Amino acid sequence: MGPCPVVGQWQGSGLSLGLYGALPSGGQWQGSGLSLGLHGALPGGGAMAGIGALSGNKPDNTAFTQQRLPAWQPLLSAGTALPLFFCAGLACLALGLGLHFSSATIRELELDYTGAPGSGHNCSRCANASRAGAAGCTCSLRFELPERFPGPVCLYYQLANYYQNHRRYSVSRDDRQLSGVASGLSNPATECSPFRTDPRGIPIAPCGAIANSLFNDTFALYHLANGTFYPVPLDNRGISWWTDSNIKFSNPELINGSLEAAFRGTTKPPNWPHAAYMLDMGNLNNTGFINEDFIVWMRTAALPTFRKLYRRVREGNFSSGLPQGTYRLDITYNYPVLSFQGTKKVIFSTVSWMGGKNPFLGIVYLIFGSACILTGFVMLAVHIKFQKQNQMDVE
Amino acid sequence: MCRARRSPADPGSVAEEERRVKANAREYNEKFQYASNCIQTSKYNIITFLPVNLFEQFQEVANTYFLFLLILQLIPQISSLSWFTTIVPLVLVLTITAVKDATDDYFRHKSDNQVNNRQSQVLINGTLQQEQWMNVRVGDIIKLENNHFVAADLLLLSSSEPHGLCYIETAELDGETNMKVRQAIPVTSELGDISKLAQFDGEVICEPPNNKLDKFSGTLYWKENKYQLSNQNMLLRGCMLRNTEWCFGLVVFAGPDTKLMQNSGRTKFKRTSIDRLMNTLVLWIFGFLVCMGVILAIGNAIWEHEVGACFQIYLPWDTAVDSAFFSGFLSFWSYIIILNTVVPISLYVSVEVIRLGHSYFINWDKKMYCAQRQTPAEARTTTLNEELGQVEYIFSDKTGTLTQNIMIFSKCSINGRSYGDVLDLLGHKAELGERTEPVDFSFNSLADPRFRFWDASLLQAVQLGNPHVHEFFRLLSLCHTVMSEERNEGELYYKAQSPDEGALVTAARNFSFVFRSRTPKTITVQELGRAVTYQLLAILDFNNVRKRMSVIVRSPEGRIRLYCKGADTILLERLHPAHHELLNVTTDHLNEYAGEGLRTLVLAYKDLEDGYYEEWADQLLRASTASEGREDRLARLYEEVERDMTLLGATAIEDKLQQGVPETIAILTLANIKIWVLTGDKQETAVNIGYSCKMLTDDMTEVFIVTGHTVLEVREELRKAREKMMDSSRSMGNGFSCQEKLISSMSASRLTSVLEAIAGEYALVINGHSLAHALEADMELEFLETACACKAVICCRVTPLQKAQVVELVKKYKKAVTLAIGDGANDVSMIKTAHIGVGISGQEGIQAVLASDYSFSQFKFLQRLLLVHGRWSYLRMCKFLCYFFYKNFAFTMVHFWFGFFCGFSAQTVYDQYFITLYNIVYTSLPVLAMGVFDQDVTEQRSMEYPKLYEPGQLNLLFNKREFFICIAQGIYTSVLMFFIPYGVFADATRDDGTQLADYQSFAVTVATSLVIVVSVQIGLDTGFWTAINHFFIWGSLAVYFAILFAMHSDGLFQMFPNQFRFVGNAQNTLAQPTVWLTIILTTVVCIMPVVAFRFLKLDLKPELSDTVRYTQLVRKKQRAQHRCMRRVGRAGSRRSGYAFSHQEGFGELIMSGKNMQLSSLALSSFAARSSSSWIETLRKKKGGDSTASSPSGGADKPLKV
Repeated sequence: MGPCPVVGQWQGSGLSLGLYGALPSGGQWQGSGLSLGLHGALPGGGAMAGIGALSGNKPDNTAFTQQRLPAWQPLLSAGTALPLFFCAGLACLALGLGLHFSSATIRELELDYTGAPGSGHNCSRCANASRAGAAGCTCSLRFELPERFPGPVCLYYQLANYYQNHRRYSVSRDDRQLSGVASGLSNPATECSPFRTDPRGIPIAPCGAIANSLFNDTFALYHLANGTFYPVPLDNRGISWWTDSNIKFSNPELINGSLEAAFRGTTKPPNWPHAAYMLDMGNLNNTGFINEDFIVWMRTAALPTFRKLYRRVREGNFSSGLPQGTYRLDITYNYPVLSFQGTKKVIFSTVSWMGGKNPFLGIVYLIFGSACILTGFVMLAVHIKFQKQNQMDVE
Repeated sequence: MCRARRSPADPGSVAEEERRVKANAREYNEKFQYASNCIQTSKYNIITFLPVNLFEQFQEVANTYFLFLLILQLIPQISSLSWFTTIVPLVLVLTITAVKDATDDYFRHKSDNQVNNRQSQVLINGTLQQEQWMNVRVGDIIKLENNHFVAADLLLLSSSEPHGLCYIETAELDGETNMKVRQAIPVTSELGDISKLAQFDGEVICEPPNNKLDKFSGTLYWKENKYQLSNQNMLLRGCMLRNTEWCFGLVVFAGPDTKLMQNSGRTKFKRTSIDRLMNTLVLWIFGFLVCMGVILAIGNAIWEHEVGACFQIYLPWDTAVDSAFFSGFLSFWSYIIILNTVVPISLYVSVEVIRLGHSYFINWDKKMYCAQRQTPAEARTTTLNEELGQVEYIFSDKTGTLTQNIMIFSKCSINGRSYGDVLDLLGHKAELGERTEPVDFSFNSLADPRFRFWDASLLQAVQLGNPHVHEFFRLLSLCHTVMSEERNEGELYYKAQSPDEGALVTAARNFSFVFRSRTPKTITVQELGRAVTYQLLAILDFNNVRKRMSVIVRSPEGRIRLYCKGADTILLERLHPAHHELLNVTTDHLNEYAGEGLRTLVLAYKDLEDGYYEEWADQLLRASTASEGREDRLARLYEEVERDMTLLGATAIEDKLQQGVPETIAILTLANIKIWVLTGDKQETAVNIGYSCKMLTDDMTEVFIVTGHTVLEVREELRKAREKMMDSSRSMGNGFSCQEKLISSMSASRLTSVLEAIAGEYALVINGHSLAHALEADMELEFLETACACKAVICCRVTPLQKAQVVELVKKYKKAVTLAIGDGANDVSMIKTAHIGVGISGQEGIQAVLASDYSFSQFKFLQRLLLVHGRWSYLRMCKFLCYFFYKNFAFTMVHFWFGFFCGFSAQTVYDQYFITLYNIVYTSLPVLAMGVFDQDVTEQRSMEYPKLYEPGQLNLLFNKREFFICIAQGIYTSVLMFFIPYGVFADATRDDGTQLADYQSFAVTVATSLVIVVSVQIGLDTGFWTAINHFFIWGSLAVYFAILFAMHSDGLFQMFPNQFRFVGNAQNTLAQPTVWLTIILTTVVCIMPVVAFRFLKLDLKPELSDTVRYTQLVRKKQRAQHRCMRRVGRAGSRRSGYAFSHQEGFGELIMSGKNMQLSSLALSSFAARSSSSWIETLRKKKGGDSTASSPSGGADKPLKV
């Protein structure tokens, strides 16, 4: 027996496969025929009878069983790695530049209205009041837009140090109830507790900590033109996902055309001033569980600092954007955050194809793109230096 | 299937102290409640399967651990994940294992059934009835026929042969294929017919069931007489009746009580080093897990104290949780649940699946299939495959493993002329049939057609009537202990005790000196077509001291002649000094033959005068009847007559090596594997084989031979050997003191041997009795160090136990993977001891195979098993483990980072379905495909570059360092996986201005990048992209997106609103360019550094396999390393050993006529006088194990000639 015959480099080509395919039938027959004799001879009495189940079977000569499946064997060579690095680097740089510039075009204005004590803020008074439990305190902010914000301008509220992503908080809801299932109203899920039922045992709708902690500050925007503040119309439609307001959230079936009747037998969450069906009294399409502000709130945030869309400015005189100038924001300050060192902000922002202002992505792309190209050069240098040596090793 | 049997463990029953069995009395025997002959190796039946199997499975620590997790998840305050994230994988694992167990058990049931339903003839109520084996009871008398398996342990009562003899083959029991003789005690041997047997009512009182195969003691009480019974009277289950028409036996032990079943103990469970490493790592990971849990729990306590307590206006604490501390405690368990995916349950299952795949590849390998024997290679254990890639020491048996145990008459020297060389070819080669025609023996109708000889001149010499040649073959046809059987006219079968003898007699047969038949007093030889009957006067039998055997025959002409054959060293001294010249020529020939690795024998004869013979025979008779010093007196007489003989010539027998043995050994040596041969054979034979299979070469610096008989001698010899090696290396500038080294190494657990780095090639040959001393506690290190410094080690004359001890020694001190390969029952202990046991499914039964982990039928397949399958398995397993730990760390650690941003509340980053499916669906198949199919270099290259095997031995591909690199990579990935989306999502909004950074979108983004990153990573790791790999990798990605969209679909939400909360998420999130930009960025940042590292490593420090791959790629033809295996035949410097490997005692057996069919009535009187003393001799010589038990016949009687 000499060394094994050297088979061609690209084994398992179509041809050889076909060839192997033809063989086994003949070999198989012979193998099994003779194996009978072997079976008789080998296994002895008693426990040994199980052996030999395999013996006598000639293995199939297929590419699979012989581990000769045709295969692509990529090798990390200079020919692939270096171009990969340069291309990836360039692509990242290009993307980074694009992102950076489109992010730079976005206008954004943040207004903190937490009213921390001692800040001398207009809303400090309300903050103190809300801490004491009073609601309905209003304060207003005057601010300048240094330049025109092209429309549509979005108005966000941003909470910080607010843990909507806390496990116990984020499970404290009943999506069955929110999808309008009748039994969900009468018997909310246990996850909702302690906001499942009120002390008398009447089920809460909507139940759970998320719903209970619904953000209930309201904002009104006025534009100073010709010495008077004209209200800026704020559009509350379409601030939630279509799938949320149309599939995930539904009101219970109306009873005699009345949503109130449908909610009968339930009670409001303890923090709420009104029942759910009174969220938007005038508009049956925006009240109860399908109130968009409610839906937006119910889509809990991933991080402890988050912004949620409050309104859009896209109507009337302001459909093309907010002009430069002075504005006043009237805030109904209901929502206490000071107790847990939270902050509240209002943000005006324009959007582009990539959403709001987001410098992070562009910068990381730029950094990484440069790093890639740099590494590419290092690798090239190393390769040129060591290639010769390797060639010699090989030979 | 079997009815409940009395078990010794039953509280009610006392352990059996002695067994009483009465023949033909079922009622009497019934009251002892002996086990029936039904055997049950299966573990379950349909009803008990589920509970028993589950109970067994939960004894696994891993399964219990997951059960514990499951229970934790049922506590609402702790449950951070739904119960199904644990139960789905757990059920999957339990089901797969259960199905496997059920299949195994089904086959066991089937084989049990097959065995239990075998038919046997049982004597019931005076008639023979067909009964199934399972219905045979203790006390039954059953009839066995030729070539049938013995159904239970029987007391032999009578047989078709004279004197109640019967022949059995015990291959199933001890692996020996030669026949053994059993004899009924005289009183029962007359119970030939059924009517007498039916009245037989003897009672046997004997030992309780045990597992000693060679021992039995009992007494038969019959007709108020006592008869001692020994093992010689027993037929054990598993034996096969041979050459005996029928026999009757009394069932003494049945079913589970039989010695065979008592011996089938569970084999020790072997674990691979990777297994052990894996278990250590898993423990470390658990430690790490607990650390993370503690960190996060502390974080939780602080957070709840600082923030959570104030945040209670929106999120009040649970009623049961009244303090931050308690909350932290609960969150510890919650995090243990979430983070447990660092060690997923699928790890163990996947490892098993991969190993199973590799085992199938071994079973399927056509190149390890032996066409002659119709046996494929078989991986009998599926758990050791990757260890095949790490073997450092091979312990090999010789006979049947390196050699075929087939002896071929190859050459001979007659009267100073050497025959047998093939003239056209220079060297002697095994396969030369193509170019030269073998000698045509067709003129001789009695010739054995399988016999091949290539030198026609020998036949011419026979036909021309060369008297020396005639005498030569006459000797071969007369001087032996072979038995012949002639079933039809001219169809001769020889039964030889040793293959050497068979080869010699067959050679004579083909050269027209056909040994035809023998009686105790005659030998009939067909000489050149003429039947000549010689009178056999004496057989001077073989033994280890004499190393020769002789016969004294009287030819038809009345001439008395002694023919002798024996070892050259012994016989050449006993020749008549007159033939000095012939002696020199023959010695030259002998050296030449020995140089070729042939086993040689010298033949001589001597004419005896009538008177001298008579006198001598008289003395012999007296000596053999002497009560004291019989052996010595006989030996002296033999010595006296066997001298001044005339040299006839010499024979050379080829102990045929298995195919490809030298090449295999050469390649394995190149792969840095050390091969030790452990053989029971004699030193000369072993050394000879060492040379012929190129383990020993003449260019070796020195071959040390240790043959000391005392401790001191052995120590001295070992010391000398070491000193010589040290001297040579000292001259190379390596000045260590041997003694110093030894003292320091005594304390070190692992030898950091200086000696191993020694220059020059050495070999060590050590004898069994020296080895016994060398293996003693105070010398074993010295021995080991000496042996390990040698390139080749041969231990000869070792017992099976010593084989195991040697293996154990290396295992203990070298921390190296050992492999033992053998084919016989004597290798079983070594096969079981070594990390990997390989059985050669050869001629010597299947004991070794049964004990082995792998079996195949040719030694040469070992190189393929190790260099191809083992290497691949190791590579695949290592790659698999690296990737597996990487992917799970990348997956799980994200939760840890997220903990810092969610108030340490054990909130998961991903959807719970993703967590459930990640390990079992999204990422399992690609890595399995890699683990099963990956190849770095092709099989041809694996064999061509044995050095490729080294990374496995050095454990380079997966060790603690590699593990930490994988973990680091996983953690690095997890950091990016969390913080890049974090950075992006912090302020981002969607393109329509709505919120982007909601929890669900974040979850989908991170999960999608994770799946893509690990898929790209497996793509990078996969070195061998078959269609299956493509299918699995692309398929996994496709399945991920399919399941993602399905889970987030309206339909599922409307059915289970609380279970599928992510409704609409996939389409909303994945429609955002920002999200895709994030995913791409994460992928690129995770992967590119890996690519850079690999590229630089490839450029700066390429592994051999990389280089081979590279050259394969550029298709450079090259011949490195793989040097030409064939070396020039060495000059003859070694003397061949005495070729007889057979037992003493058969001469006596023949002379007694006991083993012959009683065709000639003339012998009957002779036979009656004689006794079974030959059996005694036979057994004594076999090892003196059972000399204590006396045979049936009582006292020894003299041998009459």
